[in-house]
Amino acid sequence: MAADTAKSLFRKGVWGENPVFRQILGICSALAVTNLMTNTFIMGVSLIFVTAMSNATVSALRRITPGRIRMMVQVLIIASYVMIVDIVLKAYLPEISEALGPYVGLIITNCIIMGRCEGYARNNPVWLSFLDGIASGTGYALVLLVIAFVRELLGFGTVFGHPVMPSWWVPWTIMVMAPAGFFMLGLFIWVAYQFEKPEEKKAPR
Amino acid sequence: METTLSAPVIFFAAIFTNNILLANFLGMCSFLAISRELKSAVGLGLAVTFVMTCTTAINFLVYHHLLVPFGLVHFRYIVFIIVIAAFVQLVEMVIDRYSPALYVVLGVFLPLITVNCAILGVCLFMIIRHYNFIQSVAYGFGGGLGWLLAITALAGIREKIRKAPIPKALEGPGISLIVAGLMALSFMAFSGMIQIG
Repeated sequence: MAADTAKSLFRKGVWGENPVFRQILGICSALAVTNLMTNTFIMGVSLIFVTAMSNATVSALRRITPGRIRMMVQVLIIASYVMIVDIVLKAYLPEISEALGPYVGLIITNCIIMGRCEGYARNNPVWLSFLDGIASGTGYALVLLVIAFVRELLGFGTVFGHPVMPSWWVPWTIMVMAPAGFFMLGLFIWVAYQFEKPEEKKAPR
Repeated sequence: METTLSAPVIFFAAIFTNNILLANFLGMCSFLAISRELKSAVGLGLAVTFVMTCTTAINFLVYHHLLVPFGLVHFRYIVFIIVIAAFVQLVEMVIDRYSPALYVVLGVFLPLITVNCAILGVCLFMIIRHYNFIQSVAYGFGGGLGWLLAITALAGIREKIRKAPIPKALEGPGISLIVAGLMALSFMAFSGMIQIG
């Protein structure tokens, strides 16, 4: 693990060990915020920030954190960064903060961050942990943007709020509602697993 | 901006129309991970319902009687997560000490619950929607039951699906998500009855 380079970290974070479709982590928010690309983008950026910063912090404190209470310490570190994100969003992007509602706060319980802190930052130097956080966060954000692109395009006929579909287009209302979120992620996982190498096959369902 | 819905309405809405899992996507991680077997799904669902009801009540009191008067509302994330974690720990110790039988059923799921986003989500929704105490508890209890209902249904379907021929790449999480999508679709049929938030 010590030989991780920035490049290998990104390759793992974005595709090989992508948190969303490889490890099925953090999908609560992956489904909830993906009906508009703007919201998704902000969510992705917030998550990259929180993952990278808390990874770096956990890594910096890794030698002085008692093993038994490390989960609690990690949760507190994550919660502090989420608080910063929440306050910044409220101040500068109030309408997006309104639209995201509780899902900003729910970054705390997003298992991606916890997973990276526990699985990587705990045993690795600060700089690599920071990069690892950015890589995993980027993997998450990219998947979300793809899903949001399809949902917004079919559901509202827009991309980032700009109308792109011809005028005869009838929006598929179902795409912006809850069930389509499940369908889209399910299909996405299907496509992603189709490209998976056979030996990586997971345990049977 | 007090909401005027009565507690029973919120209770039923939380189970059916605004199901915390199928409409708000909360608690997905354990929903997909633990729904392989019906028995453990029910155990986890019961534990979630119990913890959700109690932590909603505690967090309501903490928020309105501690955080608001002292102007600390920005710290609510940290405080809520600590309350949830502490409560789960406490319940685990109490059950372990006084009811080993119950501990066998629920105990293994309790640590998982701390990071279940549904619990924190319910606490945050109750603040955002300006519920009073009774409404919050009704929402917490209904949300928990709704979650139990959803995970039990999915676990039942997944036990049957095991025998079905489905594409290799769709196995596991893929097909579960599609099933969950169909469930969400059928729960939308309730949405004409009541709507909250």
